[in-house]
This record gives sequence, structure tokens and C-alpha cells, in this order.
Amino acid sequence: MLVLSRKKNESIMIGDHIEIKVLAVDGDQVKLGIVAPKTVKVHRSEVFEAIQEQNREALSATPNFLEQLKKK
Amino acid sequence: MNIETKFLGEVEIMEEDIYSFKNGLLGFPDLMSFVVLPLDAELPLVLLQSTELSEIGFVVAFPFAFKKDYSFDLGEEDKEDLKIEHEDDVLAYTIVTLQEKFEDSTMNLLAPIVLNVKHKLGKQVVLQDNIKYPLRQSIGALEGSAK
Repeated sequence: MLVLSRKKNESIMIGDHIEIKVLAVDGDQVKLGIVAPKTVKVHRSEVFEAIQEQNREALSATPNFLEQLKKK
Repeated sequence: MNIETKFLGEVEIMEEDIYSFKNGLLGFPDLMSFVVLPLDAELPLVLLQSTELSEIGFVVAFPFAFKKDYSFDLGEEDKEDLKIEHEDDVLAYTIVTLQEKFEDSTMNLLAPIVLNVKHKLGKQVVLQDNIKYPLRQSIGALEGSAK
């Protein structure tokens, strides 16, 4: 992993088109500004983790669920 | 060819019905080959079944049967990955997390399964707005709820 130190209002470039700027630092919270082309999706990584977890949970459906549904 | 499925036993499928997911599904990056199989004609649910692992089968919903106004825009990257040329070639499903009581089940509106029916490509697309598109939308609370 590449590790860079940045101060408030400093930024880094990823490739030619993506800029990440440190807007504010408050205790253990960092506020980042991200400038990226529309084609690049930006998500908090928790979102991806939550979706992965949800996919796994969806798989736990029991094989007899169809019978259960039909009973209704 | 015949495959073993999670809920339907052994099922015969056609090679040309197989969808390629080049990125797999989130959490399952190695599973790239799925088919869509009918479950029950009375329910707006189908099975997204891995052709590689029988135990990997997702119950997915026609989202519009539960939420009529569900719609989203695909990003350029998604369109490229799915080689989408016409809107008519696109089909969307949402993964259902079943609970003991069907009304308590939820569906994932945040990361729908988008298929290109013409080129047989698929992708789990992550939408940008998790307020408008909840990860766990209760099925029972939805309008037009299919009974």
C-alpha cells in the first residue's frame, strides 16, 4: 500500500482525472473531497461490504421455501 | 446440458441461456456463469442459479411487481460492461432475502442484477444512492405487493 501524508487542503491525484482532497480534519474524522469523472463510481467501502453480506444472507433461504409460500 | 440447482433438482439448460458475469457477484467474484430459472408461475420470483455450484442460487424478484416506480440509471461503465445498445435488451432483478414469513422478506434495491438478454451478460450493479435505493427494502411494505 502506498502511504502519503497530506495536510488540510492538500490533495492527491489518482491517474490524470481523479483528485482527492483533504477538506477538514477533526479528531479521528477526515473529510475528503473527491473529484472524479462521472464514469467513476465512488462508494464508502462499507457499502460494498454490506452488499456482500446481504448476498450471503440471501443464500441462506431454505430449500422448502416454495412449499411455504404456496401454503399461503 | 443438465445442471444441479439449489431448489429445483436437476434441470436441463441450453448453453445459449447462460449469462456471463465477468465480475461475479459481490462476495462471489469467482462465479461467472448463471442461468435464470422459473420458480413458480404465480410468483414474480425466479432463481438466479450458478451453473458452477449448485448451492449458489439466489431467489430474485421482478422488482416492479413489488415496487412499481423502481427505476435507476446505469452508469457508463455499467453500460460498457454489459455491452448495452438498446434499452429493450436490459432486464433487472433484485435479490430477495427470504424470511420465515414472506412478508418479512426484503429485497436489495441498492445492488440490482442487471442482464443484457441479447448478449447474455450480467452484472450486479451498485447504485449511488443508498437512501433512495435501500439495501433491505421490506417486501411486505411495498405497493403492488404480489400476493
